[in-house]
Amino acid sequence: MAHANGSDVNDNTLHHLRVALIYTVLSVVVFGLIYPFVMTGLALVLFPHQANGSMVYINGKPVASAIIGQLWTKPQYFHGRPSAAGSGYDPTATGATNLAPTSKKLIDATRQTIAAVRKENPDAKGPIPMDLVTSSGSGIDPDISPEAALYQAPRVAHARGMTVDQVNAIIAKHVQPRTLGILGEPRVNVLELNLALDDH
Amino acid sequence: MNFTGWMQAVFFFVIVALITRPLGLYMAHVFEGGRTWLTPVFAPVERAFYRICRIDPAKEMSAGYYLFATLAFSFIGLIYLYVLLRTQKWLPLNPQHFDNLSADNAWNVAVSFMTNTNWQFYSGESTMGYLSQMAGLAWHNFVSGAVGIAIAIAVIRGVTRTDKNTVGNFWVDVTRATLYVLLPISVVGCLLLVSQGMPQNFHAYQDVVSIEGFKQTITGGPMASQEVIKELGTNGGGFVNANSAAPNENPTPFSNLLEMLLIFAIGAGLTYTYGRYARDQRQGWALFVAMALLFAAGFSVAYAAESAGNPLVHALGVSGGNLEGKECRFGVGASALFATVTTDTSCGAVNSMHDSFTPLGGLVPLVDMQLGEIVYGGVGTGLYGMILFVVLTVFIAGLMVGRTPEYLGKKIERNQVQLAILGALVLPFFALIPVAISVLVPAGTATLGNNGAHGFSELLYGFTSTTENNGSAFAGLGGNLYFNVLMGIVMMCGRFLFLIPALLLAGSLAGKPRAPETSGTFQTHSPIFVGLLIGVIVIVGALTFFPADALGPIVEHLQMLAGKSF
Repeated sequence: MAHANGSDVNDNTLHHLRVALIYTVLSVVVFGLIYPFVMTGLALVLFPHQANGSMVYINGKPVASAIIGQLWTKPQYFHGRPSAAGSGYDPTATGATNLAPTSKKLIDATRQTIAAVRKENPDAKGPIPMDLVTSSGSGIDPDISPEAALYQAPRVAHARGMTVDQVNAIIAKHVQPRTLGILGEPRVNVLELNLALDDH
Repeated sequence: MNFTGWMQAVFFFVIVALITRPLGLYMAHVFEGGRTWLTPVFAPVERAFYRICRIDPAKEMSAGYYLFATLAFSFIGLIYLYVLLRTQKWLPLNPQHFDNLSADNAWNVAVSFMTNTNWQFYSGESTMGYLSQMAGLAWHNFVSGAVGIAIAIAVIRGVTRTDKNTVGNFWVDVTRATLYVLLPISVVGCLLLVSQGMPQNFHAYQDVVSIEGFKQTITGGPMASQEVIKELGTNGGGFVNANSAAPNENPTPFSNLLEMLLIFAIGAGLTYTYGRYARDQRQGWALFVAMALLFAAGFSVAYAAESAGNPLVHALGVSGGNLEGKECRFGVGASALFATVTTDTSCGAVNSMHDSFTPLGGLVPLVDMQLGEIVYGGVGTGLYGMILFVVLTVFIAGLMVGRTPEYLGKKIERNQVQLAILGALVLPFFALIPVAISVLVPAGTATLGNNGAHGFSELLYGFTSTTENNGSAFAGLGGNLYFNVLMGIVMMCGRFLFLIPALLLAGSLAGKPRAPETSGTFQTHSPIFVGLLIGVIVIVGALTFFPADALGPIVEHLQMLAGKSF
């Protein structure tokens, strides 16, 4: 119908309901199906390694994803941060402790972690870096701070019969600096570091 | 705190400021049907949409019918997602064979995504098949974002128009928002995210045996295509439980920067679009500056609090900022920045766990939401929320000088002020009353993740987040039947009882003549106005929420300083 000021006004209720229904179906096809399929195709062509999960293979067998943290317990390997994901570093149960700063549970758990880290690293120098005794947000944090790596270096060197300087040199080679000098924090990927140690 | 941490925030904000004008200009062209460089690509698709759905793009709607179309589309989408979640185990693209969701959980999730909230009482990686993720949740990310943009454009038209009393065609606005704005940015953003390491595949989860011999299951799926629209549409629902803290949802500091830019981009751009419609860019920049100042204040407090760390942990013999619930690649700076960005808007994605923030660090995201998420805001919702505050501000300014309030030359009368006040009251009502009820009933406190004042904070944060359609959480709060149902209702009220007054306000202003500017006209682009606007926002927010905040984060802060734990 023609409106007084010249513009057409569409106000047929049933018409809108029918449009809403067809629009839902059509937009699901376009944005819910075609879009993700096309993006997957493009991603697999342009960045096949990343799109498939950045898998790391040793002798043809998948051992890890390069971007996902893993549980490390042996003294000759660098260890990651405490994890609240499942029973530890479970990518199918990502998450954090969600404990409050005033939580007794948090304080007790942190106290125990500090004791355990001290016990594992009797020759470590300096204070324990904060990231080694706090749980990450995802529970699958692949990184530790360079300080946390240096802190563990004496233990790793001892277990491998290397000098601490040799281990520190490997750490230095694998520190990822801040992007553009200001984004994020410097860090070391634990898997990358441990693979480099095994290659040494 | 350190210099690089501040520079990171400045760098981020400079980019936001730089994209505001080109993106805002582009959106103004798009919504007025002008030609853009993407027109040759998308015009045929756009025409196909209109033909198939029998939409006449030349016909405009009154605010009432625009609202009716919004509600019809939203509720059909709600039913569709509910059915999808209740039947996913019989549908394809579910390689992990995840079961159907329970009725109350499916209701909560369906409302959550329809309302652009993306509150998550489920863990995506162990609950959702790929079809549910991409054709259900990610589809809602597109269209609920587009609906927000469409309504912002309709509100802008209503406020600025003098020649027509209609506000545009809902279907045309939604189609243009998705095709010309959300889709192209998503395509580019998705590929950039994959380049950083984000998975994008359809195969089943991959089992690996680590070098030390531990079994691990590496998750996959069409993550990047969903991640990008999750941020761009300020939805925030993670593909996996840990959201953007998980390395597969946010692999590097660069992906982190990109995600934050996607969250702010459209909200910032719309301030410029607004100035364009008002034929006075200063009106848009005034809103931009007010938002920028609130953003800077929020980030500064959060960054300082998180850098100072937790004295209870320091007492154990370790020093440094608060890293509980934070990722190494982001640290304190990028985590505090992301937390501010995600709650200044209605996004709700998180790259660190707000529940484990220091009390004052956690107060910032809470207050950001309580102020109405108008700092760039949810796509669209931020701008129309800000316009409600603008109406309140010119009303108060009018009272002060004893003149009839005007905005952009249009008289603000009783009707408009009533609608603005209604909008301002809806949010605190649905955020606070359910908290009061919850502390009184057993089901309301059964799933708290923490004791003491922090437990109360979890409830306050949860209902604030759901009312404001944010979706971030103090995630220690667990889901149960009670929360599934109640928060579903709260999310619905928060979305629509806020959207309705905004749209009706626009409808009541559309077609009103502009009075010529005189020497007595209150300039709504002056620094005085910006100051007054911020004052109104802070006073309305603070007076409403301060008593509740005092019982939660503020008490906890004092307890923490006194060395108490619970």
